[in-house]
Amino acid sequence: MATQTQAGKIPARPNDDIGREVRLRMYRTQIEIREAEQRAYDLFLQNLVKGTSHLSLGQEAVAAGFAAAMQPGDLTFCTYRGHAHTLARGASVEKVLGELMGRDNGLLRGKGGSMHLTSVEHGVMGSYAIVGAHIPIACGAAWSAQYKGRKDVTVCFFGDGTTNIGAFHEGLNLAVIWNLPVIFVCENNLYMEYTPIGEVTAVSHPAAGRAGAYGLECPIVDGQDADAVYRAAQAAIEKARAGGGPSLIECETYRYSGHSRADPAKYRPDGELDRWKQRDPIKLYRSRLLELGIGEKALDNIDREARRFVDEATEKCKAAPPPPADILLTDVYADGGSSWRN
Amino acid sequence: MAELTYRDAVARGIAQEMQRDPDVVFLGEDIAKAGGVFKTTVGLLEQFGPLRVRDTPISEQAIMGAAMGAAMTGLKPIAEIMFSDFFAVCFDYLANQFPKSRYMTAGQVKCPLVVRTANGASVRFGAQHSQSVENWVMMIPGLKVVAPSTPRDVVGLMAASVRDPDPVIFFEHKGLYASKGEVPEGEIVDTLGTARIVRPGKNATILALALMAPRALAAAEKLQAEHGIDCEVIDVRSLVPLDMQTILESVGRTSRVFTVEENPRLCGWGGEIVSLIVEEAFFKLDGPPVRITTPHIPLPAAEGLEDLALPSVNRIADTVRKALET
Ligand SMILES: Cc1ncc(C[n+]2csc(CCOP(=O)(O)OP(=O)(O)O)c2C)c(N)n1
Ligand SMILES: [Mg+2]
Repeated sequence: MATQTQAGKIPARPNDDIGREVRLRMYRTQIEIREAEQRAYDLFLQNLVKGTSHLSLGQEAVAAGFAAAMQPGDLTFCTYRGHAHTLARGASVEKVLGELMGRDNGLLRGKGGSMHLTSVEHGVMGSYAIVGAHIPIACGAAWSAQYKGRKDVTVCFFGDGTTNIGAFHEGLNLAVIWNLPVIFVCENNLYMEYTPIGEVTAVSHPAAGRAGAYGLECPIVDGQDADAVYRAAQAAIEKARAGGGPSLIECETYRYSGHSRADPAKYRPDGELDRWKQRDPIKLYRSRLLELGIGEKALDNIDREARRFVDEATEKCKAAPPPPADILLTDVYADGGSSWRN
Repeated sequence: MAELTYRDAVARGIAQEMQRDPDVVFLGEDIAKAGGVFKTTVGLLEQFGPLRVRDTPISEQAIMGAAMGAAMTGLKPIAEIMFSDFFAVCFDYLANQFPKSRYMTAGQVKCPLVVRTANGASVRFGAQHSQSVENWVMMIPGLKVVAPSTPRDVVGLMAASVRDPDPVIFFEHKGLYASKGEVPEGEIVDTLGTARIVRPGKNATILALALMAPRALAAAEKLQAEHGIDCEVIDVRSLVPLDMQTILESVGRTSRVFTVEENPRLCGWGGEIVSLIVEEAFFKLDGPPVRITTPHIPLPAAEGLEDLALPSVNRIADTVRKALET
């Protein structure tokens, strides 16, 4: 059964297991994600981002905590709600916003869009828009590392709603029987699209409640606390790297905006959003860093830099051309084209 | 030159590629210890060990997903889906994942894998274990689709599929597993996208693949012997890429074309090829193209009914003769 992790409750000290450098990195990552996603939202309103988009505003600590615990070469698989994870691994804000805006400077040159952000050079092996599909794919990437004797581990993020689709269960079972170096991270934001997860799920913790069926322990982590996420991530990653097999982690978190651009999120009970905002991951983290003696000035600098960075990226994207027409037919097959006949 | 069954050719083809390239791995249900439910993979576990030849749970999505994840990170997996009918429970990988990863990521993600599967009827397994579903995948940009009809082609096209950098769906025909053919010693590597003229002829072109290829050939021999009608038979072999050049040249010579398809008529592969012939060689035709298919039905199990449904040698010969007479 699920075990409640105590990781977040350990009082923080300047030179503890996390330390100043990693904490500053996690703070910066969260701020950058927040700024970039808020900008993405502003750009929708200006009709410069078309199509759909799924923001992680409020869920930044999960992305930051895991990315800080991962090493270069480790692999990330995420869902259509993947801007945060892609940025957290080091993809540039310009390329992410460029992709959202359908520009040639985008990560995928406009061929993928918001739901498919991928940056192989940063270990981001894709954002998958069919719920659950990437869970078995992440197993395959972990299998590859295991087979080749590589030390990289694979981290696969998904939502609470994803625990009700078959691929989740097939993937978990396979990971356990093959002892794969993969970490499954459920970001429980309380809703599958518009329906509260509790109304459609047999157990009260969508991931942790299922863990026992696969012989796994599943810590339930405070997903608003980057330190708690980082510690849970560290433990699971170490275990996987040492050949100890897969882990499942449930992070309790909340998205501030609707499910996607089209969703005003009217289904949420009054006060719920405000309650969660009181535990805003960035606000919490900022006060922790202040308590640890990191000066206000240093943090303000990080905030300012992130904003400037996002401003500059926005301007570059606005100036960037749309993708040229000739890439319409490229990269269907490995020969570079789309030809299916002679 | 040794005679080999189509069944044994499967293991031979896989072994040839696993021997050559240590990054080739093989996964599926009952493929390792049991040697495959059709005994197509006997001996591979013993030869290559349990790290390369892996039994999986009954988890078609996990099989497909794991193959893709392995392919995108440097391996060259071969995944078996026991019956092609089961594509329906893991179709997301065929329709949305394998074929789109390269395009959507502007070439960042690569997906060099082979899905091999037992396709087709004539073994009396009924509606959910007998379908010919090449058309389910043929329509998806990003996939390649092959369907060999002889043991030699099984080995050679398997090698070509494993070496191909794109996802290839490899249809073996259940009704051919027991059939035999000459297979040369040594390495065999064929080329995707090449049809083969198995019988040259002057009066009509008959296009077929997999189990329908030997039936079309038998029908052509019958037409020659009984009616002096001389048909060219083409084993299409590869639906994507499609060797239209060989087909169009043949139709240019014969002026008539017939397709023999194991699938129901609607959206079968023959419809697509016929439309291309009509668009590109209409004025070379002396009469309408004719498609010989199964009826618009789920396949029945009973011997007599299944035989009635599938294009038989007699039905092919009769259809061709009547069409040429009118
Ligand atoms: C197979 C499939 N079914 C349905 C959808 C539509 N859909 C997109 S996101 C979503 C909700 C997923 O919820 P959850 O896993 O909790 O992730 P979250 O969006 O909350 O991050 C649904 C139903 C889909 N994309 N794929
Ligand atoms: Mg959710």
